[in-house]
Amino acid sequence: MNAAPNTPAAALSRRTPRRRLSAFLHRHAGVRLSLLLSAPMLWLGIAYLGALAALFAAALWRADTFTGDLIREVTWANFQDLFTTEVYRTIALRSVGVAVAVTLIDLVIAFPMAFAMAKLASPRAQRWLVIAVLTPLWASYLVKAYAWRVMLSSEGVLGWGYGLTATIITLSYLWLPYMILPIYAGLERLPNSLLEAAGDLGARGWRTFRTVVWPLAFPAVVAGSIFTFSLSLGDYIAVKIVGGRSQLIGNVVYDNIGAANNLPFAAAVATVPVVIMLVYLAAVRRTGALENL
Amino acid sequence: MSDPAVRLSGLRKSFGAVHAVTGVDLDIADGEFFAMLGPSGSGKTTVLRMIAGFESPTSGTVELGGVDVTRLAPFERDVNTVFQDYALFPHMSVLDNVEYGLRVKRVPRAERRERALAALASVRLEGYERRRPGQLSGGQRQRVALARALVNRPRVLLLDEPLGALDLKLREEMQVELKSIQREVGITFLFVTHDQEEALTMSDRVAVFDRGRVEQVGTPAEIYERPATAFVAGFVGTSNLISGSAAQAVLGREGTFSVRPEKLRVAALGDPVDGAEHSATGTVSEVVYAGPATRFVVELDAGGRLIALQQNLQVSSMDVMGLRGTKVRLVWHRRHEFAIVS
Repeated sequence: MNAAPNTPAAALSRRTPRRRLSAFLHRHAGVRLSLLLSAPMLWLGIAYLGALAALFAAALWRADTFTGDLIREVTWANFQDLFTTEVYRTIALRSVGVAVAVTLIDLVIAFPMAFAMAKLASPRAQRWLVIAVLTPLWASYLVKAYAWRVMLSSEGVLGWGYGLTATIITLSYLWLPYMILPIYAGLERLPNSLLEAAGDLGARGWRTFRTVVWPLAFPAVVAGSIFTFSLSLGDYIAVKIVGGRSQLIGNVVYDNIGAANNLPFAAAVATVPVVIMLVYLAAVRRTGALENL
Repeated sequence: MSDPAVRLSGLRKSFGAVHAVTGVDLDIADGEFFAMLGPSGSGKTTVLRMIAGFESPTSGTVELGGVDVTRLAPFERDVNTVFQDYALFPHMSVLDNVEYGLRVKRVPRAERRERALAALASVRLEGYERRRPGQLSGGQRQRVALARALVNRPRVLLLDEPLGALDLKLREEMQVELKSIQREVGITFLFVTHDQEEALTMSDRVAVFDRGRVEQVGTPAEIYERPATAFVAGFVGTSNLISGSAAQAVLGREGTFSVRPEKLRVAALGDPVDGAEHSATGTVSEVVYAGPATRFVVELDAGGRLIALQQNLQVSSMDVMGLRGTKVRLVWHRRHEFAIVS
């Protein structure tokens, strides 16, 4: 092949428009960055933040009681109803309780699992375990929830029946990978020499866990809990399938969009988990967990 | 005689099909500064880890002060380790790091604080108690790791390439400092290194490792002046071998012999040779001027090549560079040549 000499003079003589554009982008890092980011920023701005803004705006409107038509007047009535009605308070607290329970159960199961994957398994076994953890995510959410419905039904393998407990079990199963993976990643980054150093200085297993592993893995635990907590808080399908007559925030939103045809009230209810999550994120920001996501 | 601080008997370790350590017997005396020297993969770190208890031997025993500890966990052994990456706890202050071992052993608070501060003072880190490891330089972290281990007053201190991560200048400073700390505390230091100069300058005795075995154990002078095998001769310093027909022609003997470069004198062809000296003629093929000394590569007429190191006492680079391509005679005292076991 006849390669052209790679000198600056030769490069200048070969200036095609495409090369000129590349050179221009190379010199102007700002232009390059804005071109790359414009599409995702548009998506984030319009589809995501815009939708949230629309949700909040809708929460300040009201629906005509008879026709169900939207009346675009600003009113706090939806939020007043939400906070003064006993049943909504109960449902909100129940939803938070379910989310907390799911998060704790997942943590208890995920931590030993992640530790075994990151610190005990051979590199080969490690790869297989990661795949094993990820595999359930390839199956449809509905299929998995119905599988639990079958197992939990009074004729099923477990036969525990439906209700809040069944909901917590099902949600714990569904979100477990989201807890395992961040903790696994966090423990992977933890040098083995730190565990050896603790043992070398006289610490047994439990003490090493308490003083070295847990504090250093804590941000990863919080990262995992953000997933399990928020996914549980927003869920309404699992509870419909295995929850019996129990209701969570998601169901209230769903029922107000569907049967009640009261979109503004549904929007007001939907802001509740958003606010809870914002409070939660603000609280965990200090742990450094957000750098672990 | 009292029991040695460390005694290794028939120590072996295999990782699957890989035989990392293939039979090591060593006695390390109380209060000794002992180096395990060898290239990477020679098994020296594995031996250290078996003494610490992080690996359990495939066969053989580890004794500390006459007690068999082969089956004991790391936390049951009276040894402490300075890790190659220091392994400081990043979420604890320097003081908490140093106090960790004492806290585990339930040493009362006041005594704990006093001993930790004394340990930090002995490594010249007063005033750094509240810092986090992340806020320290490499050399300071190294000293925190040392203080964290020494504060427990172990029977043996294990150091895994303790100076490996430091730059040359700091490394030389720490070599001197480690040696004086060891003399002060009187604890047995057992350290692993691949740096022959570090091993020679710091230790009382050196064990040279190759392919999972100990090739030679001895004082630095013994290792350097009388290497037992070709591997030791080559790994510790420049090997400078004379063998085969060259040995026959120059020395009138069969076998493989070695002379250290600084023991060779570069002389003119006609210079007189003492009866106690041997000499060989050759052509200078390369001259490397290195400030205080010059290295001459000489192709021997009898075959083979020797490297001669000459102090630049009176000469400059101009003078020595002119010697390239000339015929010279290399002269050395007979007692500086030694036979090598192949």
